[in-house]
Parts: sequence; structure tokens; C-alpha cells
Amino acid sequence: MSRPISGNAFLEEIVADTPGGESLVTCLQCGTCGGSCPSGADMDHTPRQLFAMIQAGMRDEVLHSNAPWYCVACYYCMARCPKDIPVTDLMYTLKRMAVREKLYDDRDAPDWSQSFIGFVEAYGRSFEFGLATRYHLTHQPLKKVGVGPLALEMLVKDRMSLRPDRIRGLDQLRKILDKAKSLEVV
Amino acid sequence: MRYGYYPGCSLTHSAAPYDLSAQAVAAAFGMQLEEIDDWNCCGATEYITINKTAAYALVGRNLALAEAQGGLDQLVAPCSACYLNLRKVDHNMAAYPQMAERTNAALAAGGLHYDPGSLRIRHLLDVIVDDVGMEALAAKVTRPLHGLRLAPYYGCLVVRPPLNGDGPNTEYPTHLDRLLTKLGAEVVDYPLKTHCCGGHMTQISSDTAYELIRRLLQCADQYKADAIVTVCPMCQLNLDAYQSQVNRRFGTEFRLPVLYFTQMIGLALGLDPKALGLGREIVSAEPALAKIGVAAPEPEPAAPRRKRAETGLPMPHRRGED
Repeated sequence: MSRPISGNAFLEEIVADTPGGESLVTCLQCGTCGGSCPSGADMDHTPRQLFAMIQAGMRDEVLHSNAPWYCVACYYCMARCPKDIPVTDLMYTLKRMAVREKLYDDRDAPDWSQSFIGFVEAYGRSFEFGLATRYHLTHQPLKKVGVGPLALEMLVKDRMSLRPDRIRGLDQLRKILDKAKSLEVV
Repeated sequence: MRYGYYPGCSLTHSAAPYDLSAQAVAAAFGMQLEEIDDWNCCGATEYITINKTAAYALVGRNLALAEAQGGLDQLVAPCSACYLNLRKVDHNMAAYPQMAERTNAALAAGGLHYDPGSLRIRHLLDVIVDDVGMEALAAKVTRPLHGLRLAPYYGCLVVRPPLNGDGPNTEYPTHLDRLLTKLGAEVVDYPLKTHCCGGHMTQISSDTAYELIRRLLQCADQYKADAIVTVCPMCQLNLDAYQSQVNRRFGTEFRLPVLYFTQMIGLALGLDPKALGLGREIVSAEPALAKIGVAAPEPEPAAPRRKRAETGLPMPHRRGED
């Protein structure tokens, strides 16, 4: 029953980078994914549309879509998909491809991910205060003015640290991550 | 009962009350939570956005450290996002040998190795419900939460995705409902109990996040809940810390405290509210706690400024100092 996927390099690339991704070709176009999506209204294309576009080889349009960047990773689509397509994981794959090729139209979300992992690579732990200063002061700071008192309250309630926590095995972690990056199939 | 314990970054700071109350409740039931030595961040939803192999290796280091710690066959995460990442990497390494091979090749650069399937990854909620059990829980209740109306909020990742098909109901679970009922609380119906809190969208697209938070608050409010009970630090942060922003955006006046299920258990066991981290929520839990005759603890005064070293460089004096 399954259609051959050869001849569509874009589809093959996505499938190869997604655990269980081969089920993408079984999409019934039922729309359960988009209908279940809490941020579906913000997306230019719902996952259902994206899957049809992928099968049609519309590489540029798909990688420019804002849909993966609006995915909140709630996994409703994945739990409900009648064909068990790993929709959320496919969104992550599309994000990675868009990041590698710098095809995203709005840099806020990819920059957030980069800032977040920058601190993880530097300290081994995430660092909320660092993120607040490094990311928010450079990304629409005026829209975030109202959040200032909130950060202060987090400090007063002893729920935010001004200093990062460091793990002892930072060298080990960096060696592992460097090796992992060299093994990433692109 | 001995468990490997992976607190995750949130529990070290923004969700410190969750860690405090989890430890207190575990101790009360004789659960040994053994922290994984030198654990690192799980990568949240961010590392997998940038690099899949590195994301797996980052989580893999924690799994390998837990396996190497010895004698542990279960790893408990109180944070739903950490729970998912640990569970997913373990599951996918077992299901896709190539992913196991690649992850272990990266781990080998740090002298580590993980055998997929050697640890059972569990969320703290499931451990308390299944291992401690409802009856043992009920037997220890000394301060029943009578008169308190609670909205049981599961969020996403403690029930989804179904990786082996053996998990709880992915849309309408009831184990937290039953647990809170055993504590004597009145559990309200909460149709949005497994809906998303917005995750990292509070940081990237507040328009998206605030609407999701508004729906969750409104639903709990319509059912006249005194508090929302959560099992995840991300859900707690979004609903608690951004509640005033949501009120401002939508002209609403929600005042719903968002508390951890471990804090509710601790209260029902008669533990000291301060030892459960109560009083550190942004939306005060005082009116809710008053209903069960508990006074909300005063927030700790800010830690005293560190004394300057005598040998340090001369610094200008601030008025009123020394």
C-alpha cells in the first residue's frame, strides 16, 4: 500500500532525520493534527498542509513556514493521529533544517533556542537570569517592559539566581557534545 | 524504595518549592531519592531544535551517569519536560539501534556509555500514585484538605506522547484527581486538564502563550477552584508568574494560586508549610490555605549582602553600610 518515496529528496531527508518519520507518507489528510493544535490559529500552514506540501516536494515553502516555530510540543497531534505519525518530531526536524539553512523568516524563536543551549554548553545547566538579559534585551525589549517587575519578584521570592550553576564535568560534557555534533548527519 | 533522582534545572531555582516539597513527601513515605551526581540540563525543547545527535547525547550523559551510579533501576523526574526527554531518548535508543550507536559514540568521547532499557524512567506523580499508593497516602493524612476546591492540572508531557501505549489516558487522566480526593480535597472537573500552558511561548510569542494561559485560568475560575494543582515546573511558572500579565492583557482579574501536588500532599500530612516552599508563589496562596486553617508563611527576607573581603580593593562606602 505504501507509496515509494524515492524521487523526492526533500521527503527522504526529513524521514531519515526523524525517528518513525517514514509514516509521514501514510498521512490521510484528515486534519486531526491541526484541529488539535493549541497554536494552529497562528500557523500559516497546519501540519496536515505541510505534510502534503512535503510530499509535493515544496522545499522552500515548507522550510519558510512558521508552523514548526509555533509548535508548543504538547503532543496532542501525535497522541491523536490515526496513522501514528510523529507530528511533533517532524516539526523539530523541520526546525533543524530551517536553522541549518537559515530559512526561517522570524529569528526570535531560533535565537531563543540558540541562547538557551549556549548557556547549557557554557555551564551544563540552564541559566534563566542570563537568558533574560542576553535574549530579552536584544529581542523586542520594549514589548517585555511589563515583565520586569515579574523578574524582580522571582528574585525576591528566591526563585531566580543571578549566578549560573556549573556542573563539575564541563570538560567531559563538551567533549561529548563536540563529538555528537561531528556525528550529526546533515 | 530507592530511586535515582533527576531534579532538573527548574527545581534548583524557579521551582525550588517543588524540590523542597518532593523531598519532604518522599521522606515521609520512606522513599529514598538519590540525586544523580553532577547531572546536566536535559535540553528542554531547545537542543533538539538545533542538533538532534547533541540533544540525545546531552540527555544520554544523564542516563549514563544514573546507570553508572550503581544499583539504580529507576530514574524519577519531577519535571514533566525532563521526564519526557529522558524517557524519549531511552525509548528511541532502544527502538532505533542507529540512534543508540550514535549516542553512545558521542558518550564514549566522555568515557560514558548507556544501555537503553536499563533504567525505568518515571514521573514523580506516577511513582507516588503507583508505588506509594492511594491507601498508604490516605492513611497518613492528618490535616485533610476539607473545603478546598482544587483543579487538577496535568499539562502535556506527563501523559503524552504515548511511547509504548501503556501510559495513562492521554486526554483525560484521573490519577491526580483521585490522589487529591484521598487528601480530602474537593476536586473540581477540569476539562482543560491536559491542555498546554504555552511552554516556552511566554518567552517567544506572548500572544500565543497568554491566550493558552487565559483559557486554563478561566476554566479553573469557572469551576470555582481555590487553586490549580500542577505536576510540572513549566506549567507552574507560566500560570503563576504570568498571571498578572494575562490579567493586564485581557482585562481579567484572576487570582488563582498555582501549587505543586507535592505541596498539597505535604499539607495533608501536616508538614510545615514553609518546609514545603509555600509562600514563594507569585499569586498568593493565602486565601486558599486559610480554608484549611493554615497560615501562609512570610517570605524569607532577601539573603544578606556578602561581606567584602578585608583584603579586597577599597570600595566606596554605601550610606548606612557597616
